[in-house]
Amino acid sequence: MSKILIRGAKVLDGEPQDVLIDGETITEVGAALSATGARVIEADGQILLPGLVDLHTHLREPGREDSETVLTGTRAAAVGGYTSVHAMANTFPVADTAGVVEQVWRLGRESGYCDVQPVGAVTVGLEGKKLAELGAMHDSAAGVKVFSDDGKCVDDAVIMRRALEYVKAFDGLIAQHAQEPRLTEGAQMNEGIVSAELGLGGWPAVAEESIISRDVLLAAHVGSRVHICHLSTAGSVEIVRWAKSKGWNVTAEVTPHHLLLTDELVRSYNPVYKVNPPLRTEADVMALREALADGTIDCVATDHAPHPHEDKDCEWGAAAMGMVGLETALSVVQHTMVETGLLDWAQVADRMSFRPARIGRLTGQGRPVSAGEPANLTLVDSAYRGQVDPAGFASRSRNTPYQGRELPGRVTHTFLRGRATVVDGKLA
Amino acid sequence: MKRHLISAADLTRDDAVLILDTAEEMARLADRPIKKLPTLRGRTIVNLFFEDSTRTRISFEAAAKRLSADVISFSAKGSSVSKGESLKDTALTLEAMGADAVVIRHHDSGAPHRLATSGWIGGSVVNAGDGTHEHPTQALLDAFTMRRHLGQGTGSDLAGRRVTIVGDILHSRVARSNVHLLSALGADVTLVAPPTLVPIGVGHWPCEVSYDLDSVLAKSDAVMMLRVQRERMNAAFFPTEREYARRYGLDGERMARMPEHAIVMHPGPMNRGMEITADVADSPRCTAVEQVTNGVSIRMAVFYLLLGGAEPAVSEPAAPALTRTEESS
Ligand SMILES: [Zn+2]
Repeated sequence: MSKILIRGAKVLDGEPQDVLIDGETITEVGAALSATGARVIEADGQILLPGLVDLHTHLREPGREDSETVLTGTRAAAVGGYTSVHAMANTFPVADTAGVVEQVWRLGRESGYCDVQPVGAVTVGLEGKKLAELGAMHDSAAGVKVFSDDGKCVDDAVIMRRALEYVKAFDGLIAQHAQEPRLTEGAQMNEGIVSAELGLGGWPAVAEESIISRDVLLAAHVGSRVHICHLSTAGSVEIVRWAKSKGWNVTAEVTPHHLLLTDELVRSYNPVYKVNPPLRTEADVMALREALADGTIDCVATDHAPHPHEDKDCEWGAAAMGMVGLETALSVVQHTMVETGLLDWAQVADRMSFRPARIGRLTGQGRPVSAGEPANLTLVDSAYRGQVDPAGFASRSRNTPYQGRELPGRVTHTFLRGRATVVDGKLA
Repeated sequence: MKRHLISAADLTRDDAVLILDTAEEMARLADRPIKKLPTLRGRTIVNLFFEDSTRTRISFEAAAKRLSADVISFSAKGSSVSKGESLKDTALTLEAMGADAVVIRHHDSGAPHRLATSGWIGGSVVNAGDGTHEHPTQALLDAFTMRRHLGQGTGSDLAGRRVTIVGDILHSRVARSNVHLLSALGADVTLVAPPTLVPIGVGHWPCEVSYDLDSVLAKSDAVMMLRVQRERMNAAFFPTEREYARRYGLDGERMARMPEHAIVMHPGPMNRGMEITADVADSPRCTAVEQVTNGVSIRMAVFYLLLGGAEPAVSEPAAPALTRTEESS
């Protein structure tokens, strides 16, 4: 049986409709569709979105399978409503060759829970010195379009310029982790009032903003497109806004945690809040929300960064940076953007599916919910309220900052090309 | 008093005065033929030092021993503390050994806070210096020294006294703790340093900031010189040692411009010729050696109060060992 009828779903929060899936495709969207021969899912007014697309996920395989694997990571993605994730290149070995990106891509296909688009490293070993074989990664079965040394900044201006120029040959994209390395030596949290009090090394906003400034200028100069990962400061927003006003080809993402959490939380010295870029101030959070709402920031990306318990159950200075995010992203966006009136659900679909798919040049993802389109769908119970309980996470890691926090919304169903990967909130 | 001493910022004025008063009682013990109290007999205090500091470790050790506690010193310095498990694992070991108090010195800011709040350990935690965060017992002994010279005696605070702290504020846990504690005690604090060694965000601290030492000397009741680490020079915090000494060092000429009653303080060890000249260091106005002595009294007071001391500490010399209170179990 391959027919599924989703009955009474608000498509992008519109009037309730029925959506018929046959095989891998949406065949009909309309009122009172026939259920003959179809498995019926009563949506009961839940919100139907296109399957979410993440431009920034760490799946940790190969190399750190104790944190996450392609299988566990894609299962977590499905639970979070994602049908496609970009797997970052900072694995062991680094995804800087056709061989590694093909391995990750194949593992993604075998997992069956979510499309996996490997991100290729920009430089060999993420060392920032020598370009990796960008063309070979593009030509491989993985068909890599997005390249990033994420976790590290491509700080050499010449290397960055060459990378931006080189990928124009195949419409590739350089995604930059903007962090001036000298300004962030020994940095452990946002530099400001709280870092001064806590005596923790400061990560100043200008370390992010100076790199973004340089990179948008470089991209404009060589006529390429650049994507800025995880914007975290109000100043970064201003620079991206300025670059866009010039008509330059720059896109940007923000993580859910930077839309909600501030550096005040670091007062607990609880390493669950240790993340890179660091949590910033309330004013930064408000600027980021505003920018996501007005489109200056194109999309939400999770920066899902799983770490095993022991890497966080220690003192702040020794703890690993990062937090998991796939399974809570939509809830945080509902909480910070929808319930504040900054975005409606159609705009959420834009920021979490359409636009990231377009930035990543994906063809079968981030498509409208209409007849003839691939059936990549996410059904959301937006009325749900509940406490986050990491014990139930599909991710192999539990390093969430939201443990015990009440967040709205729950993904009840996820469909990957017509196959249910999540049913009633549980992995299928 | 709370169960732990992690930060001077946690101390109210009354907490601080209680500790200083208790330390006065402890100091009187030094005049007795037998410098030992039975107060903490049967209790175990562990010195857990992840960072080398012989001076501080010995001071805590002496304080614990004068109160008849069993002292275990654990030096984790030099071990490959790459992942941080060692703090947790060490804590679990100490817990299994029944430590009543753990004195921790750590290179990471927040490590004592983490030790006290993570549930790894049940006893009291005393911060003996964490990263560039705090060193509360140092601030307490500094305040104790100031009160002896500038204060009104037992029960008093430092209201209206003007304290100038000079040097590497950015990396100084001593400065952080002193700003909190001295302001709680009513003193007016001014920090003096080149702008590169003043933390961003200092505007929110209860103190003034000046880049000019000469302009504040004449109105200081105490001038505290901080140790400047020579490696700061390589990171371009200031151009040369010579220039630093010229602009921010305390020499005899500058000392002469301080009020007659004003004291010169230094947490030690001193870089003679850098932040302080030899003649100032050896002058009777410099309290550096006295601070070391006072450190033992302060740490005795802290142990006594944290580990359940409710009555005056010294009035009954033959008092039996205190029983473990519910709070510290
Ligand atoms: Zn990154």
